[in-house]
Amino acid sequence: MLTKRIIPCLDIKDGRTVKGTNFVNLKDAGDPVELARIYAAEGADELVFLDITATVENRKTLLHLVDRVAHAINIPFTVGGGISSVADVSGLLQAGADKISVNSSAVKNPELVSELSQEFGSQCIVVAIDTRFVDGEHRVHTHGGRKATSLETVAWARQVNALGAGEILLTSMDADGTKNGFALEITSVISRIVSIPVIASGGAGTVEHFLDVFTEGHADAALAASIFHFKEISIPELKNYLLEKNLPVRF
Amino acid sequence: MKIPEVAIIRYNAGNIRSVMIALERLGVNSVLTDDPEELMAAKRIIFPGVGEAGTAMKSLQQKGLDRLIPTLTQPFLGTCVGMQLLCRYSEESDTSCLGIFDIDVRRFVSSAGEKIPQTGWNQISNYRTSLCDGLKDGAFVYYNHGYYAPLSPYTVAETDYIHPYSAILQKDNFHACQFHSEISGPVGEQIFKNFLKL
Repeated sequence: MLTKRIIPCLDIKDGRTVKGTNFVNLKDAGDPVELARIYAAEGADELVFLDITATVENRKTLLHLVDRVAHAINIPFTVGGGISSVADVSGLLQAGADKISVNSSAVKNPELVSELSQEFGSQCIVVAIDTRFVDGEHRVHTHGGRKATSLETVAWARQVNALGAGEILLTSMDADGTKNGFALEITSVISRIVSIPVIASGGAGTVEHFLDVFTEGHADAALAASIFHFKEISIPELKNYLLEKNLPVRF
Repeated sequence: MKIPEVAIIRYNAGNIRSVMIALERLGVNSVLTDDPEELMAAKRIIFPGVGEAGTAMKSLQQKGLDRLIPTLTQPFLGTCVGMQLLCRYSEESDTSCLGIFDIDVRRFVSSAGEKIPQTGWNQISNYRTSLCDGLKDGAFVYYNHGYYAPLSPYTVAETDYIHPYSAILQKDNFHACQFHSEISGPVGEQIFKNFLKL
């Protein structure tokens, strides 16, 4: 049976993990390679790296890091952040990424999604959508959720599906950081109208939240960062809980 | 010419870097090549594939690899679209393929809201191949595909998504996996190790 995926996400800046982690047995808690190795060993189904580096020089550091991570783990590995061209994607795949994720650049130029999926296959193109509920409507936001766009979230999800996206990574800016649970309603609406998998993100605080987003939210995968980094929930503990609740998970 | 331990067939197969890295993790250096002599001399062949069947077949034809591949006699492993290209025909872009496996590749049709392509980890079972030596029944592997090879006399492992289909095919020296061994955790690593022992 196809399983529900659990995906830890690391924020990367200048080749280092930011936002902090709480891994005590690490030689270097800021080293993303060490963290990637641990998550893979604990049973993470995929890893996502989100690069928040600003300068061109540090993008080179990212490519070097992607290469090191790809050598360290044997699960699918997605890299996002600052990707806006075929050349960017080519470089990341050459370095060892399996998929890439685009966000602001796709909003700015939707044709990029079809261009990338034609060039590399839709299976490696994830479109990240940051959504916030504003004036009675779900609106797409860009630039880390700071900038509102005129796009309605459900319509945009439908559009990127049609343009050839392989998966949608849906982050609710309303839920993100609250630890009050995933945004179930919007996740469920989008997951049921698109034909591609939806990865839910933002708001995870307890194991029950994951169960809710897989059942009520109809998500195919769930992504979280700080609750894993700070060991509030471990991946084996989460998977055991989901298994007890009869959800298909990989062991 | 140095005889390669593993030659990976070079054509427009999308991202094959992960395959090379997976082999590196096992201490095996591979070469990426479309040179017929090097391919014929290699001890083992990996035929990767990511992307679309029609474009991939055209690329093989331009390089003459469509005629070379069926004549190869060393242990041969196709993966994902590489597996589908070894079949007779694919519904993807109405493509005539290499015909090593005398079966037709079909598009998944969703019956109860299943997502297409299938993306994620699913189980393989009912093994009849040494590629699965050391694996417990129901081992998890990573899939990412919208087309599938139906069950056939060549099926040596199965997966169920919407319905049962071929996870691994085999005929003589030709082995082929629909899933991505290179990113299928310890299970994928075991399959590669078994292939390297053939």
